[in-house]
Amino acid sequence: MAIRERMSGNEAVATAMRQINPDVMGAFPITPSTEIPEYFSQFMADGLVDTQFVPVESEHSAMSVCIGASAAGARAVTATSSAGLAYMWELLYVAASSRLPMTMAVANRALTGPISIGNDHSDSMGARDSGWIQIYAESNQEVYDNFIQGVTITEATRIPVMICQDGFITSHGVSNIELLEDEKVREYIGEYEPEDYLLNSDHPLAVGPYGTAPYYMEVKRQQAQAMKDAMPVILEAAEKYGKITGRNYGFFEEYRMEDAEVAVVVIGSSAGTGKAAVDRMREEGKKAGLIKLRVFRPFPRIPLAEAMCRVKAVAIMDKAESFSNSGGPLFSEARSALYDLPQRPLAINYIYGLGGRDITVEDFDRIYDELFAIEKSGDPGDVYRYIGVRDSRDGEGQER
Amino acid sequence: MKKIRAKEINEKITWQDITPGAEIYEPATSRYVQTGDWRVMRPEFIEDKCKQCLLCVPFCPDSSIPVKDGRRGDFDFAHCKGCGICVRVCPFDAIDFVKEDR
Repeated sequence: MAIRERMSGNEAVATAMRQINPDVMGAFPITPSTEIPEYFSQFMADGLVDTQFVPVESEHSAMSVCIGASAAGARAVTATSSAGLAYMWELLYVAASSRLPMTMAVANRALTGPISIGNDHSDSMGARDSGWIQIYAESNQEVYDNFIQGVTITEATRIPVMICQDGFITSHGVSNIELLEDEKVREYIGEYEPEDYLLNSDHPLAVGPYGTAPYYMEVKRQQAQAMKDAMPVILEAAEKYGKITGRNYGFFEEYRMEDAEVAVVVIGSSAGTGKAAVDRMREEGKKAGLIKLRVFRPFPRIPLAEAMCRVKAVAIMDKAESFSNSGGPLFSEARSALYDLPQRPLAINYIYGLGGRDITVEDFDRIYDELFAIEKSGDPGDVYRYIGVRDSRDGEGQER
Repeated sequence: MKKIRAKEINEKITWQDITPGAEIYEPATSRYVQTGDWRVMRPEFIEDKCKQCLLCVPFCPDSSIPVKDGRRGDFDFAHCKGCGICVRVCPFDAIDFVKEDR
């Protein structure tokens, strides 16, 4: 029998970590993920876990602890946000390129500046090319489920995994949740038995050697292949998890997409707001749908394109700027995925929700209205847009 | 799974065959790699002056001074990087330091 509880996303992640009972946690507190090591420290004080907790002086060191632990053969976890993730940057690449399994909880928060503790995805989106698997959650339930699956995925692929949730929105928002029993979690993740590890004195091992020009590119190509090969592993982990929980996950969730004419593609908690708008549209007989992307790395290029191509117009939502003057990171990749299709929808981009700016059902209503207008006119206009920003041109009928 | 040996990792290896994360599954493999080719200065062993005190041996950061039967021989120039530490520590001026003329 699953355990019915109510808790914040941070407590849910910390609870998943307690159930996983990792060998090592290296962590440094940063808003809004601070509660994760806080809760976990309480579990340690209560004798509920056997973990070696390393309270480091910075995130650079927290990631270094995880790298050392993972190379030594330990199951390692950490948690961070925003500037903390940014401070881990060079080590993110070390972990990924050294093919060291570990699971990191990210409570997404804006990067400075201006200084902000509000939620957006600029921290993890900035790290999107570091070679980590990235899985995003809409709710507390999802971040809990994703974190447990993350352990299985990282150990099967030897690619570190980032489990992201929206800072404050789900990290601090308390809601109902269904937990697995501890033994079921442990049965699901199994014992961690790495093939090679530094503490195995019978088989000496060198980790992270210098890669001169004749070798570096072969190592990167193999790393790229590992990311490609992670696709079925992610689905297998989800299928196995679905069997014990009844909660099913894929690369993305399709909401009322069967007969949709227009759709929004969105990551994270804002999907819930978008679904409310879809329901309102449907009540008015308008065929709106929504795709919530769960797995951003590896990018599910082909299945996502196939899902998007069934509509006439799609709005791709980015909770991060990339200052490319061509749209946000999700737009760039999702629209690029459409290019290979013989028939593709018109696609527009909205930058939204930066630094904790709320996006409302009414905002999504406007987006869907715009999509229906584009479907009718066949003209997407300027595809790179903002929503939810004050604009002195408001009311002048101009594109924003 | 059969592990690839360090000797089999060379500049012909494909991306499929290289080890994950460039891991190496055995110790002391630097002996297979020529690391002395960036040398600018070269130590020269003057055997006549050498008293075989062997002080240079533990100071060498690249283990490039071979010792056999308690006596040092000439430098291992495949691995000596020409740092000159041996020159500094030798109490008998038995190591000269000259510009590499390759």
